[in-house]
Amino acid sequence: MSPTGGLAASDPETQTERVKPVDTMLEVKSLTAHVGEGDAITPILKGIDLSVKRGEVHAIMGPNGSGKSTLSKVIAGHPDYSVTRGELLFNGENILALAADERARKGIFMGFQYPVEIPGVNNAEFLRMAYNQRRKAEGKEEADPLDFEEILDVKMKELDMDARFKERAINEGYSGGEKKRNEILQMAILDPALAILDETDSGLDVDALKIVAGGINRLRGPSRAIVLITHYQRLLDYVKPDIVHVLSGGRIVKTGGKELALEVETKGYDWLVK
Amino acid sequence: MENASDRNTSASTAPAGDAGVMGTATEYKYGFTTNVEMESFGKGISEDVIRAISAKKNEPPFLLEFRLKAYKKWLTMKEPNWAHVQYPAIDYQDIVYFAKPKQKPTLTGLDEVDPEILKTFEKLGIPLDEQKRLSNVAVDAVFDSVSVATTHKKKLMEHGVIFCSISEAIHEYPELIEQYLGSVVPVADNFYAALNSAVFTDGSFVYIPPNTKCPMELSTYFRINTEESGQFERTLIVCAEGSYVSYLEGCTAPKFDTNQLHAAVVELVTLDNAEIKYSTVQNWYAGDPKTGKGGIYNFVTKRGKCLGKDSKISWTQVETGSAITWKYPSCILVGEGSVGEFYSVALTNGHMQADTGTKMIHLGKNTRSSIISKGIAGDQSSNAYRGLVRIAKNATGARNFSQCDSMLVGNRSSAHTFPYIETGNSASQVEHEASTSKISEEQLFYFQSRGIPREEAISMIVNGFCKDVFNQLPMEFAVEAQKLLALKLENSVG
Repeated sequence: MSPTGGLAASDPETQTERVKPVDTMLEVKSLTAHVGEGDAITPILKGIDLSVKRGEVHAIMGPNGSGKSTLSKVIAGHPDYSVTRGELLFNGENILALAADERARKGIFMGFQYPVEIPGVNNAEFLRMAYNQRRKAEGKEEADPLDFEEILDVKMKELDMDARFKERAINEGYSGGEKKRNEILQMAILDPALAILDETDSGLDVDALKIVAGGINRLRGPSRAIVLITHYQRLLDYVKPDIVHVLSGGRIVKTGGKELALEVETKGYDWLVK
Repeated sequence: MENASDRNTSASTAPAGDAGVMGTATEYKYGFTTNVEMESFGKGISEDVIRAISAKKNEPPFLLEFRLKAYKKWLTMKEPNWAHVQYPAIDYQDIVYFAKPKQKPTLTGLDEVDPEILKTFEKLGIPLDEQKRLSNVAVDAVFDSVSVATTHKKKLMEHGVIFCSISEAIHEYPELIEQYLGSVVPVADNFYAALNSAVFTDGSFVYIPPNTKCPMELSTYFRINTEESGQFERTLIVCAEGSYVSYLEGCTAPKFDTNQLHAAVVELVTLDNAEIKYSTVQNWYAGDPKTGKGGIYNFVTKRGKCLGKDSKISWTQVETGSAITWKYPSCILVGEGSVGEFYSVALTNGHMQADTGTKMIHLGKNTRSSIISKGIAGDQSSNAYRGLVRIAKNATGARNFSQCDSMLVGNRSSAHTFPYIETGNSASQVEHEASTSKISEEQLFYFQSRGIPREEAISMIVNGFCKDVFNQLPMEFAVEAQKLLALKLENSVG
């Protein structure tokens, strides 16, 4: 945590937070965001408050169009979204002014609902470049291709991924399940402090779901936090969340324990939205 | 005749730092000028000027005739205007057609080359002296209108390989010159080729004797130095039966606010079972990226003739500089079963304009050609691919495959594809594939969300896009080409 505190310095609440910086990793305060500009503005997030502590796994559920994906992109720093109000603190530092790659190098990872295809760029080279960016930011030595391949082989085996994925272009021509597995592989390689996984379970069959869940559970630990964004509670059978939030209309309308996910499963979202 | 004490070497060049062949800083690194005393004719072109050039170079009569014939044709020709480029009319009387550093008429060694020139090439990453020179690459260094040094000549000669300036070849090997000069690009081929044929002052000559694999890479490095001079170099490579050579050329020029004309002609000839691999990394000064002022007009005619059966000519070009590029390295496939290849990466940014591509002329039976072209346009630049595939009546079994991909970076650039296909033989096969893509925000965000900065992401995506072409370059040049591309792309995305 930065002793100069940035934007949060004058906020008495943050002052008290700073006494125990280890606890809260992600702090979202009254976050308001929209897409578009001029007359074409669409407000999406209408004041989000969320606090994620180290070691916790949160699930954010909600109906389509509630703002779940936007929330994950805003935290990761997608340039299409304008934040008009609120704060976004990561380990006590306001990161709103940072570009997506700077946030990533600080340890934030976002798993994409729709991973992007990059023709011509080798998956293993991409992973090594990302890995080395992180190493560099931490003041560690960069890995050469051979060293990295050893690391990669281990992680790919854990995820039951075929070695040919190293040589293929990033996500190009992958099936839905392969793309999601590739996201989890990237997460495993980058070893982030905070992982936000946007609908990582969608499009997976049961076997793939188990493997992906295994990847997530391996990352789980006292020094890390995970935010799962999901429409269904199916993934939560395999990755048990500590806290469940329901997002609707750009606001968190309910927060509870993992029983809330089951309640949503049986009752749907209507009772919460009204 | 001049000697060292006469030379004005007081002013030095601006610092350029320690650069590789193509440099790694954001700014155009080769924009410095070298101060050497030059010997030049006044501006303008006329029959007298051509006679004077020929006399100055002590040329045999056949060459003067060649020049005068070209000049007479040129006078009747019009500058081509079909290319997708725009520029103000060029005043051909406002160009200096002959500029050379003052030196002894015949050089016996590098000791007699102006040290400022040697320093210039060293700065460009092309050391010419014995101790420092590149061990596996022989270099012919051309400074404005003349070749100043050729390295490794002796070693090459042991294998019977001739590698020298074309001026020297005209004197030493007149029969080869007379036989092949203009045999691929006739003097009246086009406006710029005719101009070049009339006034060319130097360039490189290569002859590989039968059944010889050239023991090292050959390379010519072109440097334009004088503001008002044009560069009209002439390259001729002849590869005899069963031989092979890989040849590279590199180009840079100082930064001037005015435009310099570079109208080169390159001719390649392969006899039976011979192969020439010709690679270009072109990084002429492209003009001011903001205002578009200055830069080289690169109007070049490059053509190879696969004369012998089963011979092969392969062009690989990485075009990253010049204000305007007008260039179509081509293959005339005469010999039965001969093969032509064209691999191109053309990057434009700032205010650059490129109209480049190839011509594959299939004359012989079972001739094959492939074209892989990758155009990348950033900023406000315009990038056009123009290609012709012609299958002649007798070219039974001829085959061509073309793939032309364009990539747009940012929102203000444009890419165009002009493929022409003419088939006169129904027992032939021509395939053409084309695509246009744009680096999307989503792709960049994907890289950034993994900690990779935006500019490195762009460079990685573009290099991935160009991979098929870079794979064709000799290893160390492929690495340099990737770096050069990354450098050119910095700040190119809005």
